[in-house]
Amino acid sequence: MIKACIRVLSLLFAVSVISFLLVSASPIDPVQQYINGLGTAVSPQQRAEIEDYWGVNEPPIQRYFSWLGELLHGNLGESAIYRRPVGEIIGERFVNSLALMFCAWVLAGVIGFSLGCVMGMFQDKWADRILKKICYILSSVPTFWLGLMFLLVFSVWLKWFPIGFSSPIGVLDEDVTFGQKLYHLILPAFTLSLMSFANIALHTRQKLVDVLHSEYVLFARARGEGRRTILLRHGLRNILFPALTLQFASFAELFGGSVMAENVFSYPGLGSAVAAAGLNSDVPLLLGVTLFSALFVCVGNMIANLLYGVVDPQVREVVE
Amino acid sequence: MKKINHRTRIVILTVMMTVLLVAVYALGAMIPDRAVAGSFLNASKPPSWEHPFGTDALGRDLLMRTLKGLAVSMTIGLCASLISAGIAVLVGIGAAIGSSHVDGVINWLIDLVMGVPHTVLVILISFAMGRGLKGLLIGIAATHWCSLARLIRGEVLQLRSQQYVAISRKLGKSGGWILVHHLLPHLIPQFFVGLILMFPHAILHEASVSFLGFGLSPEEPAIGIILSESMRYLSTGMWWSAVLPGLTLVLLVLLMDQIGEYLRKILDPYTAQE
Amino acid sequence: MKQKEETLLEIHDLSVSFRMYGQGLEQEELRVISDLHLTVHPGEIVAIAGSSGSGKSLLASAILGILPDNATVRGHLHYKGEELTAERQRQLRGKEIALVPQSVAFLDPLMKVGKQADGHVKPRPVEKRKSLFRRLELPEKTEQFYPFQLSGGMARRVLVSTALLVDAQLVIADEPTPGMSLNQALEALKLFREMADEGRAVILITHDIDLAFAFADRIAVFYAGTTVETAPASDFQKGPDALRHPYSKALWSALPQNGFTPIDGFQPYAGNLPEGCLFAPRCPYKKPECERAVPPVREVRGGEVRCYCSV
Repeated sequence: MIKACIRVLSLLFAVSVISFLLVSASPIDPVQQYINGLGTAVSPQQRAEIEDYWGVNEPPIQRYFSWLGELLHGNLGESAIYRRPVGEIIGERFVNSLALMFCAWVLAGVIGFSLGCVMGMFQDKWADRILKKICYILSSVPTFWLGLMFLLVFSVWLKWFPIGFSSPIGVLDEDVTFGQKLYHLILPAFTLSLMSFANIALHTRQKLVDVLHSEYVLFARARGEGRRTILLRHGLRNILFPALTLQFASFAELFGGSVMAENVFSYPGLGSAVAAAGLNSDVPLLLGVTLFSALFVCVGNMIANLLYGVVDPQVREVVE
Repeated sequence: MKKINHRTRIVILTVMMTVLLVAVYALGAMIPDRAVAGSFLNASKPPSWEHPFGTDALGRDLLMRTLKGLAVSMTIGLCASLISAGIAVLVGIGAAIGSSHVDGVINWLIDLVMGVPHTVLVILISFAMGRGLKGLLIGIAATHWCSLARLIRGEVLQLRSQQYVAISRKLGKSGGWILVHHLLPHLIPQFFVGLILMFPHAILHEASVSFLGFGLSPEEPAIGIILSESMRYLSTGMWWSAVLPGLTLVLLVLLMDQIGEYLRKILDPYTAQE
Repeated sequence: MKQKEETLLEIHDLSVSFRMYGQGLEQEELRVISDLHLTVHPGEIVAIAGSSGSGKSLLASAILGILPDNATVRGHLHYKGEELTAERQRQLRGKEIALVPQSVAFLDPLMKVGKQADGHVKPRPVEKRKSLFRRLELPEKTEQFYPFQLSGGMARRVLVSTALLVDAQLVIADEPTPGMSLNQALEALKLFREMADEGRAVILITHDIDLAFAFADRIAVFYAGTTVETAPASDFQKGPDALRHPYSKALWSALPQNGFTPIDGFQPYAGNLPEGCLFAPRCPYKKPECERAVPPVREVRGGEVRCYCSV
C-alpha cells in the first residue's frame, strides 16, 4: 500500500518536472503572449516588471522550485487568458467536465457491457458478427469527426440540440436550469461514450466467451442450468468486475476523448481549457490542467487496482 | 476452377489493399499546389461531377485537398510510427533482458507516459516545440510506443524461458548470437505487425491534434485542418466539407487496420498452416 | 426381455462429429466418436478405458446433450428404455444423470463452495447438502470456502456431493483420478463403488486401466472413438487369452506388469479414419474384410466385441 502511494507520488512528481521542462523549452515567449493578450501597449519598463514578476530570467531549476512551492500551497498561478487563478478555473471547469465524462462513462459502461454480453451469448451468430463489425468500425472513427457528424445531423438538420456551449447564450450562469445544462450535455456525452463503448463491449464479449467455454460452465450445463441461469449465475459474477476495472483504468482515454468532444461542442470544460491554453500560450493553465489530468488518471488506476483486489477471492483472503 | 486456399487469398487481398493505400498516397503527394488553389467563383459548391467532394468556402476542390491532406497525414503517421515502434523495440528488449532495476525503471516510465492523457501530452509537446510539424511528430512518436513495448517485453521474456534458448545458452552461445538467431526471428514479425497497427492510430491522433489547431499551419491541407475549417461552416449547410473528407479518413484507417490484421494472420505461425 | 428392463442406458452406433471451419468456407468433418456401443445396468460400474485423446470425454457430453453447437450426433441413446432426445436430456441432466468432473477447474472460481454445491435449484437444498458434506467428511466450514482453498481431495468430494445431492441414477465420472496420489485415487473410487452399491450406475471414464480393473464391474475398451470390446473386469485379470479384441490384448501386454510391450503405430486422427475396422491398420490378425467394412458387434464369451476374428 505504501509502495503504491510512493509510486503514485513519484509519477505525479515526474509529470510536474517533465511538463515544466517542456513548457520551459518552448520557443514561444509567454511574456509576449501575455502582453499581446493585454491589448494595450506596454513600455519596456513594464515588460521588465512582468518578466521579474514571472521570474522568466531566473534559471529553470529555481523557477521550477518556486512554482512547485506555490503549487504545494495550492497556488497554481494566474491564467493568462482568463486573468483568474488557475486553481479556480480548474475547479469550475472540472465540474463541467466531470458531468460530461461521468455521463459518457456510465453510458459507455452500460451500453458496452450489455452489448458485450449479447455478443458473447450469441458468439459467431449474426447478432455477434454485426455488432463486432460495428465496434471495430467505431474504434476507427475519430471522436471529433463523430462529434461533427452528430452536430450536423442533430443540431443543424434536425435542430434537436443546440450547437455548443453548456448553457444557452445570453443567459446568466445563475439562471441556467439543470434541465438546460443536461440538454446541452446530451450530444457531447453521447459522442464521448460512443468512442469508448466499443472497447468495453469487445472486452466483455471476449471475457464472456472465455467464461462460456470454461470447464465450470460445462459442468453447470451438465447440472441442468440453462443459458439464462448460466449468464446470471456464472457469467456476470466473472465478467462484471473485470469490466468495471477496465472502465476505471481507462480514465486517460476518457479524458483525452473529452478534450476532443469539448472542443467540437464548445463545451466549457477542462478539455477546451487545455486546448485554449496551448494555443494561447497560457503556461500556468496548461501546466495546471496537465497535472490535474495526470492526477485524474492516477485516481482511476488506483480505484482499478483496489477493485481488482476486492473482487478476486484469492487476493481478498490473503489480505484478510 | 482451381481452388485458392485461404492463406493465398489473404496474401492477395493484403497486396491489393496495400497497392490501394500506396496509390492514395502517391496520388495525394503528386497533386500540384495549383490544383488546390482557391477561386471565389467556385466557393461553397456542393458535390458535383467536376468536384466530387464539393468545394470549400475559398473555392478549393475538397477531393484534391483531402487526398493531399491524407498524404501529409500518412507521412507524419508513418514517420511517427516508425520512431515509436523503434522506441518500443529498444525499450521492450531492454526491459526484458536488462536487470530488474532497468525493468522497474522502464515500467515506471511506461506508467508515466500512460498516466497523462495522450491528447494532453501531445498538446504539451507540441507547445514545447513551438507548434508545427516537428512538435506533432515528436508528440505522436512519444505517446504510441507503450503498448507495443509491453508486448515485446512479454514476448522476449517468454522466449527467454523457452528451452531451446536455455540450451543455446548452455551450449555457450553468446547473448548476441541468441538475440540474432532466436529472438529476432520472433520479434521482427511482431515489430512489423505492431508498426502497421500503430500507423492508423498515429494518423487518427495527428488528425485530432491538427483539428485542435496544433501541429500544421492552417494553409497546409492536413485532414484535421480541413475538418476544423468545415466546423465553422457547418451551420451554413456545407455538410459535404465535413462528411466526405472525414469519411475518407475513416475508410483509410479501416483499410490500414485490415491490412494489419491480415499481416498478423500471415505472419502468425499458428495460422500459417491453413 | 428381462435384460432389456434392467438396462439403464443403452448406446447403439453413436457417432459424434464436428464441423470445422478452419479454411474459409471449406468444411471439414471430424468424427471423434464412431459407432460406439455401450450398455449400462443399475448397480454396476462400467469403466471406459482408452488412451488419451481418443474422445472419451466427449462421450459424457454426448450422453448429457451438452456438446458444442458445431457437433452432430448420430445413433441411438436409450435411457430406461426410452429414446434419449435432446428435450429429455435437458430434463434429466443434473437430476437423474449427473456428471462428476475431474477437477476443481469445474467449479466457478468466484462462487463459494456451499452455494455452488447447492446448485441453481430453488429453494436451495441446504440441509441435505450439509448432511452430505458430513457424510463425505467435509468440514463444516468448507461451504464458506472458495474453490481455490480446497485441497484436491476436498474438491473431489464436493464434486461427488453434487451427484449425490440430486439422487442421480446414472453418474458419469470423467477422468476422476489424474493428478491424485494413489491414496486419493483409491478414496475417490471407493466413493463411486459406494454409489454403485446403492443401486446407481456409474460410468467411469479413465485412461488409468489399472484402477479400472480394480473397481469396475465391466470394462469397455475405447479406441479411436469407438468401443472395440466390452468385457467383465475379471477377464482383464485373467490375461490376454480371456480377452476378445486384438487391441484389448495389445493394451494388456503394454501394461508395465505384463511386459510393457508397446503396440506399433498410432491411433488414427479423427479427420482421417480408415474405411473399415478402426484398428485394422495396426492389427496383426488383419483380414481383407477388416479393411472394407466396420465389423458388427458380436457377443463372444459373455462380452461384446467389434472384430471379425474373435472367437
